[in-house]
Amino acid sequence: MLIDFFLHLKASKLPVSTKEFLVLLEALQQHVVEHSLDDFYVLSRATLIKDETQFDKFDRAFGEYFKGVEALPGMDVLIPEDWLRDAMKKHLTDVERAKLEKYGWDKLMETLKERLAEQTERHAGGNKWIGTGGTSPFGHGGTHPEGIRFGGESEHRSAVKVWAKREFRNLDDNVELGTRNIKIALRRLRHFARQGAAEELDLDGTIAGTARNAGWLDLRMRPERHNAVKVLLFLDVGGSMDDHIRVCEELFSACRSEFKHLEYYYFHNFVYEWAWQDNTRRHTERILMLDLLHKYGNDYKLILVGDATMSPYEIAQPGGSIEYNNREAGAVWLRRLTESWPHAIWLNPEPEHFWQYRQSISMVHELMGGRMFPLTLDGLERGMRLLSK
Amino acid sequence: MRFEGSENYVATRDLTLAVNAAVTLQRPLLIKGEPGTGKTMLAEEVAGALGLPLFQWHIKSTTKAQQGLYEYDAVSRLRDSQLGEAKVADIANYIVKGVLWEAFNCETPSVVLIDEIDKADIEFPNDLLRELDRMEFYVYETRELVRARHRPLLFITSNNEKELPDAFLRRCFFHYIKFPDKETMVKIVDVHFPGLKKNLLREALEVFFELREIPGLKKKPSTSELLDWLKLLLAEDIPPEALRSQDQKITVPPLHGALLKNEQDVHLFERLIFMARQNR
Repeated sequence: MLIDFFLHLKASKLPVSTKEFLVLLEALQQHVVEHSLDDFYVLSRATLIKDETQFDKFDRAFGEYFKGVEALPGMDVLIPEDWLRDAMKKHLTDVERAKLEKYGWDKLMETLKERLAEQTERHAGGNKWIGTGGTSPFGHGGTHPEGIRFGGESEHRSAVKVWAKREFRNLDDNVELGTRNIKIALRRLRHFARQGAAEELDLDGTIAGTARNAGWLDLRMRPERHNAVKVLLFLDVGGSMDDHIRVCEELFSACRSEFKHLEYYYFHNFVYEWAWQDNTRRHTERILMLDLLHKYGNDYKLILVGDATMSPYEIAQPGGSIEYNNREAGAVWLRRLTESWPHAIWLNPEPEHFWQYRQSISMVHELMGGRMFPLTLDGLERGMRLLSK
Repeated sequence: MRFEGSENYVATRDLTLAVNAAVTLQRPLLIKGEPGTGKTMLAEEVAGALGLPLFQWHIKSTTKAQQGLYEYDAVSRLRDSQLGEAKVADIANYIVKGVLWEAFNCETPSVVLIDEIDKADIEFPNDLLRELDRMEFYVYETRELVRARHRPLLFITSNNEKELPDAFLRRCFFHYIKFPDKETMVKIVDVHFPGLKKNLLREALEVFFELREIPGLKKKPSTSELLDWLKLLLAEDIPPEALRSQDQKITVPPLHGALLKNEQDVHLFERLIFMARQNR
């Protein structure tokens, strides 16, 4: 019973275990829910999924299994946000609304598949394409009586099923870091910086206290010293990276107090013999990379942030830098960095599935020994876990 | 025993379902959600609604799992021995019962709240696995086995500061309290301020939800902040018109300090309003 459902969840890469599945069956046996699919959805979610970042995946898997929503092509790819932005709204009268053709479910899906295949640009206000406003059944903010909504606010309340709404999408930890999830990212970093708060016997304090007590024993405890982490941060600046760098700087400086030391340096595109600390005076106040290599001991953890998207020459060739004539290739410098700080990771704001298609990214990926992570909550967590080992 | 919400707590359908599943199968219920969505309140309300005693255990970063069971106060025993007190001979005098022991000893079924479990050390949940599974533990000092007379109903809240271990999660039901939508919010406010004027409520809720929509707020106002703000509005007797004037001119809502508790957020908000006015 329901074994197929369980296996389907497993196949959708959800972390469900047999024990939890048995609990679900037990709950069904004891009639915790009556015969309602909505209730079953809530119950199975409460039993099987223990992490709200997995809710969205669960919603999709549940929808697929219970046929309400067929696996939509392109649901994974995600429809670009700006198609859906509330650019314009048509206010229809009730008569006009009634006139709108009511598609059946199957036809809706069929048409959607076709549209997704055909449509390549933003669309608003018409009555056929996916977009905002308008009276096409796809997109949001529209007024088709039986529409499928992609993102956006429900305004006319003719939406489909609960799990189809995918409310938990922005709790998914694979989305890029933004203001919403920066708080959680901070917590992950803090976790990395601090380990436990155990107490230990303060021997000196105890002796002094006992002496002051005229020989009566006076035990003193003190919190164990925190395992403070030293971090060296190298940030790629210039061009498309600036937004990501800002997020990153905020992120790390917000938990600055948790690190014993946190040092920033900037580079452009790739690391060579120079780095700088002040972006406005980058040409006058440069610092020799060799000095940095000697200055910071190997107990520092190295975090490089950059999109690693450039011409392969900038990595592999001497003189390949776009800024000046570098005597040694970037690859040599990166190797030097990772040798002197063996605890190193590279955070990349580019989505992970693009990496294999960009030659320079795969080169850096290889140079870092695979220790490249996407700049998402999930990536940050994996990276921090690796660094704290 | 079924929980259906209570007079002063509005529970959504999926929340009551999760609670009832935990009650029926006697397994712990783990609650997560934004701050101020009533995670801690839930245990109190369930205890109240089902008429069961409530035992609360608030977790701090220094809390040890052992403290929930019992503590052996070795230090005072040592002191007593130096002072030559008679009760020193019996070790049981120095065993201090913890929250779970009290709950296990309770004559009736009870509700136990373990609040903010993520504050504790990372090993904390693992140290409680067997105790929560079997509802029994062994006191080594006095060599006795403490077993629960009735399995207590266990609520655990978490603010997501730490990941909880898988072994622990597998033993719980899980519910994520999401931020209430407008309809639920109206019900919640109704429960707290039954006599609130309809139009004041509508205007206030609109301002509130708009405020939450502002991108870049460090701390979005939550339910508890909304309730505080309404309390202030009522106390100051502010008319609904003050919240939004007729010509749709944008104004800073009165007493916004109750909603925005962060200096940067207030600045951001004021700047947005300033810009909106200039665009007119």
